[in-house]
Amino acid sequence: MHLLGSEIFQNAFLAGTIVALVAAPVGYFLVLRAHAFAGEALKDIGFAGATGAVLLGISSIVGMVAVSLVAAIGLGFLSRRMRGRDVEVGMVLSFALGLGVLFLSIWSHSSAAHASAGVNILFGSMLSIGRSDLLVALGGAVLVAATLAVIYRPLLFASIDPAVAEARGVPTRLLSMAFMLLLGITTASSVLVVGVLLVAALLVAPAAAAANFTRSPRGAILVAALISVGATWIGLALAFVPLGRHLPVGFTISALSAIAYLVSAALGRGGLRVGLPLHPSREVGQTEALPD
Amino acid sequence: MGSMLQYPFIQNALLSGSCIAVVGALTGYFLLSRGLTFAGHALPNIGFAGAAGAVLVGVKPVYGMFVFTVLASFGIRALGKNVRDRDVSIGVLMSFALGLGLLFLDLYSGYAQRVYAILFGTILGISRSDVLVTGISTLAVVAFILLLYRPLLFATFDPAVAEARGVPVGLIATALLVVVAVTVSLSIQVMGAILVFTLLVGPAATAIRLTRRPSTSLLLAAALGVAYVWGGITLAVASGDLPVSFFVASIAFAVYLPVRLLTAGRAETRRGAPPAHAH
Repeated sequence: MHLLGSEIFQNAFLAGTIVALVAAPVGYFLVLRAHAFAGEALKDIGFAGATGAVLLGISSIVGMVAVSLVAAIGLGFLSRRMRGRDVEVGMVLSFALGLGVLFLSIWSHSSAAHASAGVNILFGSMLSIGRSDLLVALGGAVLVAATLAVIYRPLLFASIDPAVAEARGVPTRLLSMAFMLLLGITTASSVLVVGVLLVAALLVAPAAAAANFTRSPRGAILVAALISVGATWIGLALAFVPLGRHLPVGFTISALSAIAYLVSAALGRGGLRVGLPLHPSREVGQTEALPD
Repeated sequence: MGSMLQYPFIQNALLSGSCIAVVGALTGYFLLSRGLTFAGHALPNIGFAGAAGAVLVGVKPVYGMFVFTVLASFGIRALGKNVRDRDVSIGVLMSFALGLGLLFLDLYSGYAQRVYAILFGTILGISRSDVLVTGISTLAVVAFILLLYRPLLFATFDPAVAEARGVPVGLIATALLVVVAVTVSLSIQVMGAILVFTLLVGPAATAIRLTRRPSTSLLLAAALGVAYVWGGITLAVASGDLPVSFFVASIAFAVYLPVRLLTAGRAETRRGAPPAHAH
């Protein structure tokens, strides 16, 4: 397997693992906070940023991170009252997608090479991840992991029971904002692996599956990480063997994580529900994994 | 504008575009009133997989879209009991379908152009028979809404009471998603999978802000939808080969934003509150 030594494989493997590891905890909070649609909006706004950057000749991940951070601040202001704001979020999302479509169609019309590079932004292309992309993903991951480690307990409290958390003096608004910023960075790095259109395959599906398997937050984050890293490794491995050459990595990842979710939904007690710790105000951070 | 109308492909695009604008606005109204915005975003993306699969086996994309979106609407109904679960299962279904679409297009050689045509839409190559299919389906959707108008409104704004009075709420919810699926499938050729959503949400979001009476909202949404699509097609033709969907999304946003800001005070009561003064 001389392929294992090639730089293409190393970059793909490292970036895929880093992104999958960070996506698990961020995705868990996304599911817990019922922000799946906001996550969708964030990546669509980031899509406009990525394609705009490419048009200007800048790296797409840099554009995506920059625009996602601005959008995250905007959504953070909204997010305490996010429920019932689907229409507003939807209108912004639709306009952002329109801009992304415009930028990408201008750019892709200019040459055939650009056309297929545009498809990579939409669906990801692990095999074209360069050293600089890898460094951006690594830097983002370290930042996200460090911040999450610091705000883990209050964020969990605020996500499970915002009213009680606020009454006890937890700065829920600040935490919403911080979480949106983390989500922005994570989404932008996920695009490297699965592309703009498939971000939910790394962020939402593994976390939702894990939450069906266990009610313990730490356990769920661990299971989510196993699913996302496993799906990424299998997707990457298949792309490098002759039999699986026609299986795009994004397809394998999205199919495996969807299967994990469906299995969890079928096995999980009480059918499809996001597992919550039973008594959040007492047990945050120290809940045992309940036998499920 | 006058000279533009001479070209058959533009005539076809305008005819097709007007039909999808009307059905998109009408079904979008019910989608928004039921809090199903995310489903409106996901169904077109799921349809993308169907279109890609159809291209691979050599069938017209619209038929693949029909199959995938109708199946997905049953799936969404079956998986999502409450809002939180529903959003998650919609997200998972959507990313799986998009992955499947990627696989289909990857198997189909020379795929970049196909990807763009399906995702971004193209008004070139809309034939008379496409217009006919769109027109007949539009009539069917409009007939569905007119026939079921009262129970549809009742089940949308007060599902608990409607159910108690014997309205088949679950059946209506499924039927509505199937109608949305049909609408989405028809719209993809002009709007592209990524932005069919605009057609569902844009006109209805503005109309709901401007009037509370459902019948007026529906008519206004349909009129706005047609205006947006005609504007979008005109600008797209004038610009050369930029996608119609970008212009429609921009017009929809440009109309919505001032309306949203000017009607900010009355936001909270609009959803779930049955318009008591509707006659």
